[in-house]
Amino acid sequence: MITEALFVSALIFAIGTLGVIVRRNVIIMFLCIELQLNAVNLAFVAFSRSVGIEGQLFVFFVMTVAAAEAAVGLAIIISIFRHYESVNVDKFNLLKW
Amino acid sequence: MFFALQATTEGAHEWSPVLPGLVILLPLLGFVINGALALTHARRSADAVRAGGELDLAAGDRPLTHTLPTWIGPGVIGLAFLITVVNLVGMAGADLHEPIIRTYWTWIVTGSLTVDAAIQLDQLSMVMMLVVTGVGFLIHVFSVGYMKDDPGYPRYFAYLNLFIFFMLVLVMGAGYLLMFVGWEGVGLCSYLLIGYWFSDREKSDAGKKAFIVNRIGDLGFLVAMFFLFTTFQTLDFVEIFSAAPERIPYGHSVATIITLFFLLGAAGKSAQIPLYIWLPDAMAGPTPVSALIHAATMVTAGVYLVARSSVLFALSPIASATVAGIGVITALFAATIALKQYDIKRVLAYSTISQLGYMFLGVGVGAYTAGVFHLMTHAFFKALLFLGAGAVIHSVHHALHHTDKDWDAQDMRNMGGLRKHMPITWATMWIATLAISGIWPFAGFFSKDEIIWAAGAWAGAANAPYPTLYTVYWVLALVTALLTAFYMTRLMVMTFHGANRTGEKEAKHLRETPAVMWVPLAVLAALSVFGGWINVPAAISESFLGGFGFLPMGENFHHWLEPVMAGAHEIQAQHLGEISHQAPLFGGGELVWALASTGLAAIVVLIAARVVGGQKHVPAVDAAEPRGLGRVLYRKYYVDEAYDAVIVRPVHALSRFSWRFVDDVIIDGTVNMAGNLARAFGWVGSLFQTGQINTYAFIFTIGVLVILGWVAF
Repeated sequence: MITEALFVSALIFAIGTLGVIVRRNVIIMFLCIELQLNAVNLAFVAFSRSVGIEGQLFVFFVMTVAAAEAAVGLAIIISIFRHYESVNVDKFNLLKW
Repeated sequence: MFFALQATTEGAHEWSPVLPGLVILLPLLGFVINGALALTHARRSADAVRAGGELDLAAGDRPLTHTLPTWIGPGVIGLAFLITVVNLVGMAGADLHEPIIRTYWTWIVTGSLTVDAAIQLDQLSMVMMLVVTGVGFLIHVFSVGYMKDDPGYPRYFAYLNLFIFFMLVLVMGAGYLLMFVGWEGVGLCSYLLIGYWFSDREKSDAGKKAFIVNRIGDLGFLVAMFFLFTTFQTLDFVEIFSAAPERIPYGHSVATIITLFFLLGAAGKSAQIPLYIWLPDAMAGPTPVSALIHAATMVTAGVYLVARSSVLFALSPIASATVAGIGVITALFAATIALKQYDIKRVLAYSTISQLGYMFLGVGVGAYTAGVFHLMTHAFFKALLFLGAGAVIHSVHHALHHTDKDWDAQDMRNMGGLRKHMPITWATMWIATLAISGIWPFAGFFSKDEIIWAAGAWAGAANAPYPTLYTVYWVLALVTALLTAFYMTRLMVMTFHGANRTGEKEAKHLRETPAVMWVPLAVLAALSVFGGWINVPAAISESFLGGFGFLPMGENFHHWLEPVMAGAHEIQAQHLGEISHQAPLFGGGELVWALASTGLAAIVVLIAARVVGGQKHVPAVDAAEPRGLGRVLYRKYYVDEAYDAVIVRPVHALSRFSWRFVDDVIIDGTVNMAGNLARAFGWVGSLFQTGQINTYAFIFTIGVLVILGWVAF
């Protein structure tokens, strides 16, 4: 049972990671990060069956932090969008030497 | 000075020196005051120039910075001289056998080395103090007249006072390290005063040359001190000289090594072969400086060093023979160069080198007293000659200045016939010339003759180490004496006799110098006549040369220095045996040879006067360069050129190699390569930093996978 759950979790995490790497739209990338977080949540819940209540506890923490992160992230995206009039990360290349 | 002082005081009594430290401090005080005045004066001149004008000294604009040094400069030295004379009288009455040491504070304590700031008063340092302050005072007074229109007047006196201070430290220090302080200090002052007119490139170069050549000698002094310390664990004179005869066996190599390194130091300071080349160039300084530093005092420091270390030198017959050999060869060599020089100061410079050679011969043949005696008489007559030359140059310079003639005021070819314009200078300089030529009864006769005789006597000593060598020295010394008489007479004849060559209009402006300049000349002339009478061997004073014992002559100086030289004389008496009373060649006693040498010198003076007087002299601008041997002498044996080719150029080439290759290529190359490598790596690294978030995320993921994989397996 746990194997299937972990398999799904890993699959979702991989999809999220791939999305962050290959997509250029910053909103999509943001969604992909959420996918990764929730993949982890799934793994936590799956483990909590055998390990204990701590796994479910952690899921709540992750969800609150993810909510805060979504608020901040979206705010940043909006201000970047105002600056560049775009959501394409190819244009946000100032973070280098 | 020493006349009868010793003889009359029968009952020896305890004696405490009067303010000996003040003798040293007074010149230092003069330096501080004059130095402050010099700085003030420099600022005022700079302000005046900035305001568009300048301080006009000749027009009588004499601020306080010019009147004060006139009194302070010579004043402090005069006071020091007075204190010295008071101490001399006390010492003469005290029958002193041990030096008096005054310790002021402990200067250096490190490991087993303890050095006190202490001065040593004994008969030798007393003689040197008298010469330094006495002759120094006269030269300071002369300088007042000579330098009065110079814009750097206060600076000049500051340097001169500082020199006297260091010279006194040199001769009064109670150990080698303190002596070394003075040794370095006088070198510094010599450099400052040679390059006194520093805006003239040639003159500041001459200062540098003197300084650098002296450094080579100073290295020898330092190494000798290291050896001394490892041998004796101390640098104090008293301890070393009392321990040396027991610690070092006669002729042992330790004594030889120490003394040969000291000789290197002495050769540098006293301008002996091979380090003599700086002294002729040192004539770039003001003439009174040449008189004080480069004739009377500083250059004799090497002789003082050998005389002071007489115990050590007496222990090493090889080193003594080397000292004497270098001395006599230098004496002959410099005398031949002096034969063909035209610059009046250069003739005197080579003459000084030659006379210093005599002093080295004296201390090298164990006649330490004779060496110091010649040092003293030489200080009198050579200072007189230099000051006389200064008076002549002063006068000729002003005469040439009147018509703006750009002739060399120091070239004897531009002089001639000055006798009727400057009778006092003429008379006093003739006295000095006769003195240096060794004509009876002038001072040089007694001192030089004693040295030459000592060389001959040493050659005939019972266990003389190298009798043949010393015989050669003796012959060379005699020949040099005759050359001396020749070149000095030539100088006098070319300068003062014959027709005037300065030019008709100029000759009208030739004047005798003011009293402030000729009075010191007269005093020195008196000393040049009678100064030698304090050390006349019995054989001579009892003959008709001493008025059959009626003239006030005697061996006073010899007895005076005996306590200082006793240690060395004891060693000599032990190992050399009875010295000879016969000349090594042709036989004959001291009186015969004294008569012969003064007679021959007198004949040479007459011949030189006829020969040089009979020659046709032309001003320097019309003169052709001498030919043949004359040119070799005129060019000073091309020694400067040889040194340039053998030492200076290779050093330059080596320095260039070190700069252009070792420094620029190897060292800078390594440093630059380290920097460039870091930059190259950074450049490669920067290629990964694209600014693309996706790339970063990709690399980050890879990294996480790698770490996970590493942890898992």
